[in-house]
Amino acid sequence: MKMSYREAMRQAMREALMADPRVFLMGEDVGKYGGTYAVSKGFIEEFGPDRIRDTPLSELGFVGAGIGAALGGMRPIVEIMTINFSLLALDQIVNTAATLRHMSGGQFNVPIVIRMATGAGRQVAAQHSHSLEGWYAHIPGIKVLAPATVADAYGMLAPALADPDPVIIFEHAQLYNLEADIDLQACDIRSAAVRRQGADVTLITYGGSLPKTLQAAEQLAAEGIDAEVVDLRILRPLDTETLLDSVRKTHRAVVVDEGWKTGSLSAEIMASIMENAFYDLDAPLARVCSAEVPVPYARHMEEAALPQARTIAAAAKQLIGKP
Amino acid sequence: MNVPYDKSMSVSLLTDMLRIRRMEEKSAELYGAEKIRGFLHLYIGEEAVAVGALRALAAEDNIVATYREHGHALVRGVSMNAIMAEMFGKRDGCSHGHGGSMHIFDRATHFFGGNAIVGGGLPLTVGLALADKMQHIPRVNACFFGEGAVAEGAFHESMNLAALWQLPVLFLCENNFYAMGTALARSESQTDLCIKAASYNMPTTKADGMDVVAVHEATRLAAQHVRDGMGPFFVEFQTYRFRPHSMFDPDLYRDKAEIDEWKKRGPIHTFSARLKAESKLTETEFLEIDAKVNREVQAAVAFAEASEWEPLEALTRDVYSPELRP
Repeated sequence: MKMSYREAMRQAMREALMADPRVFLMGEDVGKYGGTYAVSKGFIEEFGPDRIRDTPLSELGFVGAGIGAALGGMRPIVEIMTINFSLLALDQIVNTAATLRHMSGGQFNVPIVIRMATGAGRQVAAQHSHSLEGWYAHIPGIKVLAPATVADAYGMLAPALADPDPVIIFEHAQLYNLEADIDLQACDIRSAAVRRQGADVTLITYGGSLPKTLQAAEQLAAEGIDAEVVDLRILRPLDTETLLDSVRKTHRAVVVDEGWKTGSLSAEIMASIMENAFYDLDAPLARVCSAEVPVPYARHMEEAALPQARTIAAAAKQLIGKP
Repeated sequence: MNVPYDKSMSVSLLTDMLRIRRMEEKSAELYGAEKIRGFLHLYIGEEAVAVGALRALAAEDNIVATYREHGHALVRGVSMNAIMAEMFGKRDGCSHGHGGSMHIFDRATHFFGGNAIVGGGLPLTVGLALADKMQHIPRVNACFFGEGAVAEGAFHESMNLAALWQLPVLFLCENNFYAMGTALARSESQTDLCIKAASYNMPTTKADGMDVVAVHEATRLAAQHVRDGMGPFFVEFQTYRFRPHSMFDPDLYRDKAEIDEWKKRGPIHTFSARLKAESKLTETEFLEIDAKVNREVQAAVAFAEASEWEPLEALTRDVYSPELRP
C-alpha cells in the first residue's frame, strides 16, 4: 500500500488505539489541533478527548504522568512535539523511566512509548533543530528507535507498545512526507538493516540521514564505488553484529550522523568497530557529522552545517583513495 | 481535645511512630558502624506525618514517597527486615540492594518508592491517578513531598494536571521548613503553601504535623474527597526534623534553640502523654511497647546481617525486562 511516513505512523497508532483499550495518546496539540505534524489528525473525533489527550505545555509533567499511567496499567503513547522540548522532560525519562525497573529490584517496569520529531533541515534555527538521539542512546534502561523508512514508521509502533520497558521513537521531521509502497506489518525492534548491498565501503547511518546516505551511495555507484548502506534502526541497544558483518565484508566504513561529533553516537559506533573489527579494516574509519555549531537559520549556512549526500560521498571516496 | 480513637487504635498509632523512631535511631548507629552507606536521611521528629497519613489510607491506595521514606515504607507494611536489608545493600532487601535507603519499593503494598529527585514523584502520581481514572478504579493516589519540592516545576505542572483533569491525587506536603539547608522564607516569595496550591483551583488544608491525630483526621477527610471522585486535594503538614538533613550535614543553618523548641512538641512524647492523661496508656505499657519495638529492630538488624550479598551476575538483570520472544 502506498503511503507517506506520516500516514504510516498515523495508521499504526490508529490500529493500536483500536486494538487495545489501554492505549492512549497524550501530548501537546495531539487532539483539537490534529498533531503538530498532523500525525494524529482526526483522532480526537474518532477516539474522544479521553484517549486523545491534549496537554498543557508541561513536558516534564505529562511525560511523568505517562510514566505513572504505564505503571498504573495503561499503555500510553506520549508525543513530545520535538526533541528540543524533550529536554524539559529529561529528568522524568532519565531519572524515572530508565531507572525504575533496576532500582526497584525488578518490581516495577514502565511500558511507555514516547514519540518525538527530531532533526534539522527546515530552516527553523538552533532551538528547533537538535539531533540529540545519541544522548538518549547513552542511557541504560530505555530503548531508542529511529525509523528511517515508511515501513519502519508503521512497523515499529506495535512492538514498541508490546515492549515492557520504555521505548523512545525518533521521527525525523524531514521524513514525514517520504512515500513508499509498503506491506502493513510489524517489524522487529532488535536489528539493524542493510538498505543497500555493496562491496567497497560501508556507510552506517540512521533516521533522517538515511535518504541522504542512499543518495550518496548512488553517486558513488556512478563513479564505480559499490557502497553498502546500513541503517541502525535501533540506537539502543545497538545491533553491532550487523555493523561488524558489513565492515568485515567491505573493510571500510563511514559513519553518518546528524548529531555533533564530540561525545556522540558516531563515536560509539566507531569505537565499537575498533574494538571488534580493527584487523578487518583496510583504512581508518571516517565520519560525516554536523558542524560543531548551533544549527543556523540561513539556508546556505544550514546546508553547510549538516551532512549532505555530497559530503558523505566525498568522505567515502577519500577513504578508498579515489580523488 | 481528647484523642478520638479507642485504646487499641491509639496504642497502634503510637507503636508505629515508635517503630520508625527506633528503626532510624538504630540506622544512624549502623551508619556510624559503616553497615549502612551512601546517603541516609532520617525522619526522626516527623513520624506523626507518615503514621497519621498512611493509617488513614486504604490498602489498595497507591503511595509515592521521597528519599526520606523509611518510615513511610514501614507504616505502609513493608517489613522492617526488608527495609533494613535494603539499607545494608543485601539481596533480601526489598529492592535486592539495588536501591538502598532512598529507593525502597514494594509492589505488594503499592509502594512506588523512594524517589530521590525532589518533586520527581509528583508527575508519576498524577499518571497513576490518570490510569485509575481511565480504568474507573476508585483509588487514592497519595504522594508525599517536602516543601522544597514546591519550588520545582514538577510541583506546579503536576498540580495543574491533577486539577485540570480532576484526578484522584492526594498531595501530602511535609513542610519541615528547610530544603536541605535553605529555609522556606529564603527560597519562596509566598511561604503559605496552601495559597500556592489553591491557585490551581484545588481544595487545601493545613494540619499540625507534630500531632498524629491532626494528621490522621486531615488526611481522612482529604482522602474521602479524592476517593469520592471530587478531584485532587492538597494537605500541608507543618513538621520538623530533629536530625540534620543527612548524615553529611553539619546542621549549621538552624539555631539550636529552634530545634529544642520543636523537640518540645515531639510527636511521640506528646502523644503518649495525652494517652496517659486520658488513661489509654500506662508507663508500664509504654515500656512494654518500646521493648517489643526494640526486639523488632534487633531482629531486623540480625536479618540484614545474615542476608547474603546479591550475586554479581544480578548486576545487569532488570535493566530491561526479560525478552518476550514469540
